Amino acid sequence: MSKIRIATTSLAGCFGCHTSFLDMDERLVALLEHVELNRSPLTDIKHCGPCDIGLIEGGVCNADNVHVLREFRDNCKILIAVGACAINGGVPAMRNHFNLRECLEESYLNGVGIEDPQIPDDVELPLLLDKVHPIHEVVRIDYYLPGCPPSADEFLKVLGDLLGGKEPALPNNLIHYD
Amino acid sequence: MEQNMQSPANLRRVAIDPVTRVEGHGKITLLLDDENHIHEARFHIVEFRGFEKFIQGRPYREVPFIVQRLCGICPVSHQLAAAKAVDQLVGVERLTPTAEKLRRLLHFGQVLQSHALHFFHLSSPDLLFGFGSDPAQRNIVGVLDKYPDLALKGVKLRKYGQQIIAAIAGKRIHGTATVPGGMNKALSIAERDALLVDIRDILAWCQDAVELNEQIHTSHPEHRAFATFSSNFLGLVGSGGELELYHGGLRARSADGATIFDQFDYRGYLDILREEVRPWSYMKFPYLIGLGKEQGWYRVGPLARVNNCDFIATPLAEAARMRFREFGRGGFVQDTLAYHWARMIEALHCAESIKQLLHDDGITGTDLVAGHGEMRSMGIGVIEAPRGTLFHHYQIDEQGLITKANLIVSTTSNNQAMNESVRSVANEYLDGRQLTEGLLNHLEVAVRAYDPCLSCATHALGKMPLQVELLDTNGVLVSKLTRSAADVCE
Repeated sequence: MSKIRIATTSLAGCFGCHTSFLDMDERLVALLEHVELNRSPLTDIKHCGPCDIGLIEGGVCNADNVHVLREFRDNCKILIAVGACAINGGVPAMRNHFNLRECLEESYLNGVGIEDPQIPDDVELPLLLDKVHPIHEVVRIDYYLPGCPPSADEFLKVLGDLLGGKEPALPNNLIHYD
Repeated sequence: MEQNMQSPANLRRVAIDPVTRVEGHGKITLLLDDENHIHEARFHIVEFRGFEKFIQGRPYREVPFIVQRLCGICPVSHQLAAAKAVDQLVGVERLTPTAEKLRRLLHFGQVLQSHALHFFHLSSPDLLFGFGSDPAQRNIVGVLDKYPDLALKGVKLRKYGQQIIAAIAGKRIHGTATVPGGMNKALSIAERDALLVDIRDILAWCQDAVELNEQIHTSHPEHRAFATFSSNFLGLVGSGGELELYHGGLRARSADGATIFDQFDYRGYLDILREEVRPWSYMKFPYLIGLGKEQGWYRVGPLARVNNCDFIATPLAEAARMRFREFGRGGFVQDTLAYHWARMIEALHCAESIKQLLHDDGITGTDLVAGHGEMRSMGIGVIEAPRGTLFHHYQIDEQGLITKANLIVSTTSNNQAMNESVRSVANEYLDGRQLTEGLLNHLEVAVRAYDPCLSCATHALGKMPLQVELLDTNGVLVSKLTRSAADVCE
C-alpha cells in the first residue's frame, strides 16, 4: 500500500497544534508507517509538494502566510484548518482591536527599557496585514479541527478516518475541552 | 564581524526559508559575490504578534492564559512567569508549600518535555546522521527508522513530561494550573501514583541521553569550534548557587568566569538590562547595562545555566555536570554545540527532581492558595524557561486591568549569539564554496543548538515593511512590490 502524503505548517500560531500532533506519542509512530511527511517543521522539505492532506495551524497575519497557505492549497487534495487560530484567528487576532501602528509603536517606541527606539525596517520582513484573518477567508478549506489546541485524540480520529477512506467525523467527547 | 550591505545589487541573495526543525518562523539569508564570498549572513524572525499592546485592558487574572499562547512548546513557562507577576499584584509574597511544590513539578515536566522534543525530534538527526547528510532522512522519521529504540525513548520521555503537565494543568497544552497566589487543583494520590509507575525508566533514559550527547560532543573535535565564541552568561541560580529553574536570583558572569552580579533581585531587572533596537534587525538586542551595548550581550539557556551554577542539587545530574566541567578544564564550556549536552544534563535533573517531588507527601496537599494582601500596581515574574531566562512585567490600573506589559523571552536574549553563530559558520564553512543543501544545513545546525523558540520571540518583533520580493524556487527575484507603510497587503 502506498503511503498517504501529509504536509503541515504553522502560520500565525504558537506551534501548540504541532505539539499536540506530536502528543499522539507512540500512536504517531504507528501512524507514520502509513504516512509520508512532506513539508513540515519536522522535516527539511522547504516547499510543499503534491500531497494528500495539508494541516494548517494558525491564522494569516502577513504576506508570507498568504503565500504559504496558497502553496498548500495548490498542492493538497484535502486542506484542514487545525485549531482556534486557523479557524477564527485566535489569540493573535486580538490585535485586530488595535491598529497595527499602535501595536508596533508599543513594542518599539513606547516600551520600557528600550535603547534606540525606532520601528525596524528591512526588506527581508514580510508585509504585515492590517488584520489577522482565519484561513478560510483566503483559500477553500475542506475540514475544520477545533480546539486550542485540538487534542491528540482528535488528530488521530480525523487522520484515521481519512486514511480509511471515510468522511471524518468527531464525536462530541472529542470536541469537549477546557 | 558584522557584514556590510553596501551594494546588494551586485550581490546574490540565498535564503534558507523557512529554517526547519525549530519552533516557529525564521529564515537565514546570505549575500554572496560572484566568487561565493559571504558579505552578509543573518538570522531573521519574520513575524509580529503585538502581545504587549493587545494585552492592555484585559483583567490581570486572564493574563497567564492569554500569554501562554505565545508558545505551544513552553506554555507552562509563560503561564508560570505571568503567574509569579500576578502573585505580586495580589500581594502574595509566599505561596503555600503545596502550591510551590506543584508549580515546580509542573515546570520540571515542562522543561523535560521541551528538552526531549528538541533533542530527539528536532536536533538528533543532525548529530546522528551528520550535518550534511541526506535531507530525506534527516528528520524524526529517519531516526525512528535507523535508531528505533532511541527515537522511541525520546517519544516516551516527551510523553512523560506532558503527562505531568496534564495531571496538574488539566491538559497537555494551554491548561489552567495557576490562580492568583496559588494553584487551581490538587494532585490526587491516584494521579501521583500513576506518574510514579514510569519514573525509573524515565531516569534511565535521561542518563542514556546525557551519555549519548557527551559521547557525540567529546568524540567530534570539530564540534568544539563549530559556531563557537566566548560570551557572557546570564541566568537564575538558587540561594546557594545551585542550578535553579523556577525561582532564584540573577547571576551574570563574563567569559573569563568573573562575576558581573549575583543574587540580583529580578524585580529590578530594568536597572541591569536594556534592549537595543537596531534598524537592520527584527529582534531586539538585550544587553547588560554595566558592560554597554558592544560588550554586554550574553547567552542564556542550558549552556549558560550549567556553566553558571556552582552545583546541581540532584546527584546524577551533578555527576554529569562534573564531567562537563572537567571537559571545560574548570572554566566555562563555550562550545555552542555543547548546548545539547547541557540540555540533557538538565533533563536528567528534571527527572530526578520529579522523582523527589512525587515522593514528597506535601505534593498531594490541598492547601493551594495563599491569602491575598494589598493589591499592587506592578508585578514582575522571571523564570528559567527551557530556552533561558524569561521576563514578564505587568502594570495594572485600580480596576485590575493591564496598562503596560513588557516581555523579554529567552530566545531574544540569544539573538546576538545566534547571529554570531550563523556568521561564524558562514565564514568558516561556506565562504568561497559552491553552496549545497548540506552546507546550508550547517547554518541551521548552528541556530538549532540554541533551540530557538521563534513563536515566543514573535511577540514583539516586527516592522513597517516597505518592500515585498517574490522569488521563484531558485531564489531568483520574480517581482518586487514597494508600498507605503499605510497600505494594506492583498
